Amino acid sequence: MSLPEAVFLILSAVAVASAVLAVGSHQLVHAALWLVVTLGAVAGCFVLMTAELLAWVQVLVYVGAVVVLVVFALMLTRSPTGSQSAEVTRNRPLAAVLGLLATVGLAATVIAGFRHERITGRLPGTAASIGDALFREWVLAFEVLSVVLLAALVAAIVISRSGSENR
Amino acid sequence: MPLLYPLLLSSALFGIGLYGVLARRNAVMVLVGVELMLNAVNLQLVAYDAWFAETLHTGQVLTLFVIALAAAEIGLGLAIVMAMFRATGSIDVDEADRA
Repeated sequence: MSLPEAVFLILSAVAVASAVLAVGSHQLVHAALWLVVTLGAVAGCFVLMTAELLAWVQVLVYVGAVVVLVVFALMLTRSPTGSQSAEVTRNRPLAAVLGLLATVGLAATVIAGFRHERITGRLPGTAASIGDALFREWVLAFEVLSVVLLAALVAAIVISRSGSENR
Repeated sequence: MPLLYPLLLSSALFGIGLYGVLARRNAVMVLVGVELMLNAVNLQLVAYDAWFAETLHTGQVLTLFVIALAAAEIGLGLAIVMAMFRATGSIDVDEADRA
């Protein structure tokens, strides 16, 4: 086993363990911080799969922005930040079974389909190559996405405002 | 690197995220589960892109789009959660239909 494979396996173990803690922790702020560890480990996996630009975008957007938003929302809604036992629904066993079934089903599918394939890293996803592909071939989708982002921004403002007017 | 490593990691993360969405009562934590599931999808896309190695970089560009859409989704989702908190004083998804 080569060094990148060993590092990838370690990062995978970190990602899975912290993801379990993120969905299982009874302390909500701890759960949000375990999400940081998961997303950071996934960014490391992106680097090992030669997607260096995406690794940085992952760190900037997810670890930087999304987690800060989540922590802000936890504080603003006065969620119980201490330890609390009634954090999970009654459906917890069913949810665990469904999550396990999804994992087993997906794993069986990818094992059946891609058992012998290997990643070669022939075309690394540098900022230059991704930017080239994005602004040459994907530019229409990129523009549509910017309109979607604008719509989401306006909608978020409208939802927040109309809530305060109703009071 | 075997293609299976990232694919299996992605399967595990998707299952964990699904559990988080279904089992958590706090609406913000439900969104955290959704983020985990989106990250599992991103891992698959990047893995297939690195494996398939074509000049269009379809997988990685689509991953960029998914990340941007996830940011929009969490922004809108948290706005809805805040509106729900202002309307009912609670963000418990079990009580949302009763309130």
